[in-house]
Amino acid sequence: MNNKQTALSVVDLYKSFGQVEVLKGISMTANKGDVISILGSSGSGKSTLLRCINFLEMPNSGKIIVNGEEILVETNRKGISKPRDIKQVERIRTKLAMVFQQFNLWSHMTILENVIEAPIHVLKIPKAEAIEMGKNYLDKVGIKEKLDAYPVQLSGGQQQRAAIARALAMEPEVMLFDEPTSALDPELVGEVLQVIKKLAQEGRTMIVVTHEMGFARDVSSRVIFLHNGQIEEDGSPAKVFENPTSARFKEFIAATG
Amino acid sequence: MDFSIILENLNVYFDGLQNTLILVSVSLIVGLIFAIPLAVLRTSKNIVINGPIWAFTYFFRGTPLLVQMFLIYYGTGQFDFIKDSFFWIFFKEAYFCALFAFSLNTCAYTTEIIRGAIENTPHGEVEAAKAAGMSMLLRIRRIILPSAFRRALPSYGNEIIFMLHGSSLASVITIIDITGAARKINSTYYSPYEAFLTAAVFYLCITFLIIWLVKRLEYSWSGHLRRD
Repeated sequence: MNNKQTALSVVDLYKSFGQVEVLKGISMTANKGDVISILGSSGSGKSTLLRCINFLEMPNSGKIIVNGEEILVETNRKGISKPRDIKQVERIRTKLAMVFQQFNLWSHMTILENVIEAPIHVLKIPKAEAIEMGKNYLDKVGIKEKLDAYPVQLSGGQQQRAAIARALAMEPEVMLFDEPTSALDPELVGEVLQVIKKLAQEGRTMIVVTHEMGFARDVSSRVIFLHNGQIEEDGSPAKVFENPTSARFKEFIAATG
Repeated sequence: MDFSIILENLNVYFDGLQNTLILVSVSLIVGLIFAIPLAVLRTSKNIVINGPIWAFTYFFRGTPLLVQMFLIYYGTGQFDFIKDSFFWIFFKEAYFCALFAFSLNTCAYTTEIIRGAIENTPHGEVEAAKAAGMSMLLRIRRIILPSAFRRALPSYGNEIIFMLHGSSLASVITIIDITGAARKINSTYYSPYEAFLTAAVFYLCITFLIIWLVKRLEYSWSGHLRRD
């Protein structure tokens, strides 16, 4: 894979909830094959940043560019911005698969149905083909034997792996992980991190909001540290962990180990 | 007590049963068909959309079914523009008026049942659908409604039973349903106890059948809740 190609750009992103300004001018670029860990204490805006990238939260201003295509935004008379064309947002979302902290599997569907749902109904892939592909991805995350189970019958770690298979089945350009292990019991964190690590080694482009310092240090190609809605530190793990320039990141490392 | 008169007149009850089943099933089907889109629109944040639906459900849930039926059966005949219109061929018929009132009434209740179920859709599941690029219509069709129907089913089972029992009011406007059959037997033989007890047994049997069917449907729809 060509590592020079830009997969995703975020340009001068601002987001407020009411009076609270959560993101204060974030700019970042992910090249193809990058695995970017976003670190930061709670309230630093890291989840909001991730949710602004696929427009689950509407940014107040700034640009999101996916594979060279900018998501078009217009501002109405009250000064509230909204997507100019929701169809464009929906199309770009298919290239930005997201894995949530709470898994968010569709509870009335089996695991396989969860995985093939969007490929069939959004990407219009023939059902037989989608099933074949879905089984492969479930195999890849190690829960092929659970394909007929419902989410409630799975452990948290299995549910999150199913959610990762669901994201993979979209064959996305960029995968967004929103604290994928934060809702798991400690003994289940490892199995999910193993899967994410395997995907990272395949050269997939991923942005991972996480508290797992070990993952950030060992797996990611880049680490971004957010503080109060701004990027405080940005660089390779070797660089930021060995020679942090930000005093707050030093404190953060010291506090979280 | 003399139940021989009942046995001799069982055919009257079976005719009544037929009318009850038609009234109840047709109004439930019509009510449900309209309730699904109304429930979806009722969850809209736009007052122009949800306001009229709220007013509709508020009126039909806030007034007795008997009053609604009287308004439609006796009330429409008071207006010449209705009597002179094409619609009078329907509204002059007691049967149609009962069906019309029942359909509106069950539609109002069903709308609110489904609306509640829609609003209880886990927020994260809707977000996951958005993140997968699903359009609003696709989310409603594939995620929100299938999830909501499962939550709504127990309450809807009650609504079916309420509708069955409510349908006995049709007998007030000359329709021979199960209750109408009982009234007819009572007025012929003056044996209220036998006549209405028989009607009660009919209703009881149908109610048991409804409960059994709903339970079966609940079971086959609730695989996603069983942990075994």
